[in-house]
Amino acid sequence: MKRIKRVFVANRGEIALRIVTACQELGIETVVGASEVDMHGLAARRADRAVCIGPAPAAQSYLRDDLVVQAALGTRCDAIHPGYGFLSESPKLASRAREHGITFVGPPAEVIELSGDKLRAREEAARAGVPVLPGGEVASAAEARDLAETIGYPLLVKAAGGGGGRGIKLVRDADELEGLLSLARSEAGAAFGDERLYLERFIAAARHVEVQIAADTHGDIVHLGERDCSVQRRYQKLIEEAPAPSLDPAARDAIRDAAVRFAEAIGYRNLGTVEFVVDSETGEPYFLEVNCRIQVEHPVTEAVTGRDLVALQLRIADGRALGFTQDDVTLDGHAVECRLNAEDVAHGFMPSPGTLSLFCVPELAGLRIDTHCYPGALIPPYYDSLMAKLIAHAADRDAALDVLIEALEDLDVEGVETNRTLLISVLGHDDFRHGAVTTEWLERAIV
Amino acid sequence: MPLSDEDVREILRIIDESELSELRIDTEGFSLHVVKGDGGAVASPPPTRQASPASPEPEPERAPEPASGSTDGLTTIHAPMLGTFYRAEAPGKPPFVDVGSKVEPDTIVCIIEVMKMMNSVPAGVAGTVAEVIADNAELVEYGEPLFRVEPA
Repeated sequence: MKRIKRVFVANRGEIALRIVTACQELGIETVVGASEVDMHGLAARRADRAVCIGPAPAAQSYLRDDLVVQAALGTRCDAIHPGYGFLSESPKLASRAREHGITFVGPPAEVIELSGDKLRAREEAARAGVPVLPGGEVASAAEARDLAETIGYPLLVKAAGGGGGRGIKLVRDADELEGLLSLARSEAGAAFGDERLYLERFIAAARHVEVQIAADTHGDIVHLGERDCSVQRRYQKLIEEAPAPSLDPAARDAIRDAAVRFAEAIGYRNLGTVEFVVDSETGEPYFLEVNCRIQVEHPVTEAVTGRDLVALQLRIADGRALGFTQDDVTLDGHAVECRLNAEDVAHGFMPSPGTLSLFCVPELAGLRIDTHCYPGALIPPYYDSLMAKLIAHAADRDAALDVLIEALEDLDVEGVETNRTLLISVLGHDDFRHGAVTTEWLERAIV
Repeated sequence: MPLSDEDVREILRIIDESELSELRIDTEGFSLHVVKGDGGAVASPPPTRQASPASPEPEPERAPEPASGSTDGLTTIHAPMLGTFYRAEAPGKPPFVDVGSKVEPDTIVCIIEVMKMMNSVPAGVAGTVAEVIADNAELVEYGEPLFRVEPA
């Protein structure tokens, strides 16, 4: 049986620190591959070793799979953990690692490739009996017109190479179809190197619900419940919770089963997330896409299941069995996470990089904070603006929300602008308090 | 926090009185590189970071200078990229340079391999190789010192 002894962490910020900590608890050594500007960051300092893989811009460091594999080889690591973002869903990194005998902590390259092709993933989901929205691939304007008639307007034009909210256009009526279709095609070709498009019915009032799955290399697949991530701005999630509120029991069971069935059908391995859009009027769920990585919001699932998901990723990557069955997965209480970002909400959510003159987080019962920030830390302008994730776990939703509000109010942070005030107002908002909101709620509420 | 001329003078005075021979400070919006002796001092003022909705311009790309000076008059050649450091074109071949070798700025001093891609590294300075710092066939990090050169 193989045993991972040294992990190369190909990421930065809070998730790099999270992976380093998980490895340390398992007795695994870590090497953090950092850009020049992150060499003094917490993850680089806590790891057994940090190597500078390149200059600050991600295109010259964190997005270079060749440098990552070379650095992992040169530091004699036997596994690479890609975290989220950057190269986490790069089939090239996964296959390159495999070619050099390094374990990639994630699904096989073929699965990542299939999941990245949103059209193929949709077709596989339908084949596995997972509900998908009415729609399909369109090769020409004539085909699109015919299909659009059966779907009805408004509808979405989506790029097969998109995902995560990218490459999507809303078509309100037949007059807009042809123009938006050709625009979408040229944009998709330029952005993803893949011009294939498909149409899908648009759900005006939708909730974003996703199911956490885990599959080992021995054929066992379980789900770890679902999360609701409907509080978003421009497809960027802001608040996530588990379990999903206001989901009727039949729909809850349906998406959990569907996620496992889909994972089984595509030969999924390791941790993954199957995303669904839930029509908030009918309660019907539809498959959206699958994410082949640890998610930013994984701590809410950890809180309610009591399981360390990063440790589970490493265990599966090591070829070991899950070690528990579906019946062993029990959910306890309610967990909510909010993302504290260095951004200037008043000025169009502009990123607000800078040096933290003050950063002090409160200690409260039921509160967990995942952060790479500390007084004096630099929030560089090159990467995303996530500073910290605050996660509250309590017996019920209201209690968890109250813990988060108290934590945000007690937080001391100076040196950069943050979205703290916005988070507090959302967490206390009547609409949000009364249950699940829809994905466009936040943008309406903050106007 | 804007830095006044007086602040800079104060910093220089403190450095002057200290044991330090070289100091490099790089923080958000401020970078200072001071070398005591004939190196001189360079202090760049902080780029203005007012509340104007100017986009947070990333700092201009700063490749590690291939060659940079220091106090003993020697110039260091840094790794322009992470990779495996090779002193010769192939195993068994003589090294590109050794201690005592004369180099011109375009003289190839080593190869850095990244996934079978061989990248030739020029000296970037004219002079005589005084020290080979990095170990052959080992990983070098981005910006790591490779050679020291006595400038011509």
